[in-house]
Amino acid sequence: MSDTTSQSGKAKVRAWYEPDAKLSRRHSADKRLRAYGIAAIIFALSMLATLVGTIAITAAPAVTQTMVTLEVEVPEGAVDPSDPRGGSYQRILNDSIMRIFPEVDTPREKRELRKLFSNGGQYALRDKVVDDPSLIGRTFDVTFPLADIGDQLHKGVIDRNLPPDYRRVSDMQIGWYDRLVEQGRISAPLNWGMIFNADSRFPELAGLWGALVGSFYALLICFFVSFPVGISAAVYLEEFAPKNRLTDLIEVNINNLAAVPSIVFGLLGLAVFLNFFGMPRSAPIVGGLVLSLMTLPTIIIATRAALKAVPPSIREAAIGVGASRMQTVGHHVLPLAMPGIMTGTIIGLAQALGETAPLLLIGMNAFITAAPDSMFNPSTALPTQIYIWADSPERGFTSRTSAAIIVLLGFLVCMNAIAIYMRKRFERRW
Amino acid sequence: MSATTLLAIVLILALAGYLWGRANAGAIKQTGKAMHSVPAYHGYFVALACGLPAFLLVLVWLAAQSTVIDAIIVADLPSYITDGVEASRMSLILSEIKSIAAGRIFGTPDQALLDAAERYSALQDIASLAMVVSTLAIAIAGMVYARSRLSLEFRARNRVDGILRWLLIVCSILAIMTTLGIILSLVIESFAFFSRVPVFDFLFGMTWSPQTPIRADQVAAAGAFGAVPVFWGTIFISAIAMFVALPTGLFSAIYLVEYSNKRIRSVVKPLLEILAGIPTIVYGFFAILTVAPFIREFGTSLGLDVASNSALAAGGVMGIMLIPFISSFADDAISAVPQSLRDGAYALGATRAETIRQVLLPAALPGIVGGVLLAVSRAIGETMIVVMAAGLTATLTANPLEGVTTVTVQIVTLLIGDTEFDSPKTLAAFGLGLVLFISTLALNIVALQVVKRYRERYE
Repeated sequence: MSDTTSQSGKAKVRAWYEPDAKLSRRHSADKRLRAYGIAAIIFALSMLATLVGTIAITAAPAVTQTMVTLEVEVPEGAVDPSDPRGGSYQRILNDSIMRIFPEVDTPREKRELRKLFSNGGQYALRDKVVDDPSLIGRTFDVTFPLADIGDQLHKGVIDRNLPPDYRRVSDMQIGWYDRLVEQGRISAPLNWGMIFNADSRFPELAGLWGALVGSFYALLICFFVSFPVGISAAVYLEEFAPKNRLTDLIEVNINNLAAVPSIVFGLLGLAVFLNFFGMPRSAPIVGGLVLSLMTLPTIIIATRAALKAVPPSIREAAIGVGASRMQTVGHHVLPLAMPGIMTGTIIGLAQALGETAPLLLIGMNAFITAAPDSMFNPSTALPTQIYIWADSPERGFTSRTSAAIIVLLGFLVCMNAIAIYMRKRFERRW
Repeated sequence: MSATTLLAIVLILALAGYLWGRANAGAIKQTGKAMHSVPAYHGYFVALACGLPAFLLVLVWLAAQSTVIDAIIVADLPSYITDGVEASRMSLILSEIKSIAAGRIFGTPDQALLDAAERYSALQDIASLAMVVSTLAIAIAGMVYARSRLSLEFRARNRVDGILRWLLIVCSILAIMTTLGIILSLVIESFAFFSRVPVFDFLFGMTWSPQTPIRADQVAAAGAFGAVPVFWGTIFISAIAMFVALPTGLFSAIYLVEYSNKRIRSVVKPLLEILAGIPTIVYGFFAILTVAPFIREFGTSLGLDVASNSALAAGGVMGIMLIPFISSFADDAISAVPQSLRDGAYALGATRAETIRQVLLPAALPGIVGGVLLAVSRAIGETMIVVMAAGLTATLTANPLEGVTTVTVQIVTLLIGDTEFDSPKTLAAFGLGLVLFISTLALNIVALQVVKRYRERYE
């Protein structure tokens, strides 16, 4: 019954209604605002898509690495079997390259030809001989990377239809490369070197291993410092601290520390850890300490939120049966708050993993060709490695930089996924 | 013995102390008399008394050892080496001594250096032996002392709680120590800088070219440290960033809160937040890989002259990074406006747009302003995007197609690969750092106050 009255009421209004220019203007203002909102969201999301898309597309060539397979003859006497490391493998390799291209004889042409093959070839050969000294005096296959220009040629990054002056490969080099393809010597397996090699000046040999190990050590330090200290600070502030000037100061402090620019932490690390305490430059331990100072506020804030979410009844019950306040917190409140704390910690560590600026200032952008043995050795970290590669002029580094970014984003996605899973799985609503 | 092994031994000793204390308390308990604390607390007490001082000693020792040994070595060097030598040269001499001690001898070093190297390795050995002995002594002494305190009436729980409480306090003071460390290191180095370059020249000078001559006779600029162009570049790029981020963030927040349905919101909001989780180095690479070439080509097609490191590219990408910042703050602020205000506006016949513009936005303004201030502070302190995409030369220009430089870019370029602390060039970085810290701190404090006051209004 009421339905009919309201409907008839509406109909009445509509019957009265005269199309009013002002009203339609007001409505179109409403539609405009809505359209602005949609446009803003589309802009933001399309930027996200462009970012991820272009980086993925640029990274694609780095998925494979162009390799060449040569028969190499290691003559008796060229390498001393008792000291196989000492042989001049570069010359042996050059000889076998020349055997494929007997017509190349001028020094200039030979140099051009060498440029097609990676400098890493001699080490691949050496490692093979060192592993198995019985190879000396025999002919066997060695597979090693083509140099950057060969790699780019294979992946079609270099347009061979351009006039020779506009591309970095000469016609002769293209001819040699085509001959290698005809002979079936070229292959393009998955680029494991990208992950398991250390850094190098040559894009085809450069990999992330040193950076991964460095980042791992730094995050390890960061976790072992900021996790216990952060929880302790949060527990004190939330559960024990009296309300006074000092605790107010600490509170304001922590909130502000969370918003201090990261580069300022780098200046702190440089002045205090490197210059005052004389810690080693470029070492993951210093990086980890600086990152832990940055992560501390995040963990403290997350822990306090998690502690606040535990209802007071839990505390009262524990105190009621005679527990001390420390026991109450240690045995009941903290375990119940743990999922929230872990979530906050993982998110904090993920931020620390992507942080670059403070690591630059403490020298973690050094050029280091081996993974660090310990956290006191110089090393790079994943984001600083990206920075180094992004600054390198060789074309091959562009795709490797993008690939390294994909690796970094992969780690971040995993860490955040774990954090979200933990929040969903263990969070309790009281 | 390495510090790690030593710490492991201390840990084992503490564990042994725990078992010892607990067993002892267990024996007392067997007598059937009422104890003050349960046996486990007797164990904890012994373990803490054993492990804690030893652990702290190792930390302090490790922090101090290299500095102390360096000082001893320098003090013992013959005067013909140390006389009139600057700090930077001294550190080179020290590292030469260390590399000789490690067995890497280049050329024929001075006999005094060889002797010093020998002393250095001897001191190293003595120091690490002394660390092991003193640490173990303290651990065992602590354990024995604690064990002797245990008795029937011993208030172990209260003592353990007290110790733990102090630990917690120390940990929260660490947060203050960090701020203090930041302020002290910035202020001390800045003082050294301002003793060479007057504060006034730094803050109001119009030329920035920090290249100082390497040799005295070199023909080069004496180095000019007028930071106004650098400050201007920072403000300019931040303004471009806000120009992108503010409308985008605000409009998307308005749409998500007031217009969209739940399903769209639950998809779009996390997607926007992904933008906040992407490391800034990735944005920097995106800027030089995609955005800068695009802007350059677009500008060239219009007949404009665009620098490859234009302020527009750096600022624009920074703006994209800040979108989720603005949108989530605006989102929170608008959602927190009580429903009654909306209902009231609708009841008066206002359209949604009118409600938003005339009721919700004014009510949410403090929260939005707080978020914007935080975003501005982010933009000022943002480093990697501008290091990669903005310029190095300080120019005073209002043309977004030219390159400008920022405070953070200058800090990084002045400090990368340069450890000497006595040149005005490196010290200038700390001067810039101090300005950066103060300005972001001021913005943060104001922003946090605004946000806090706003929250109180509707709670």
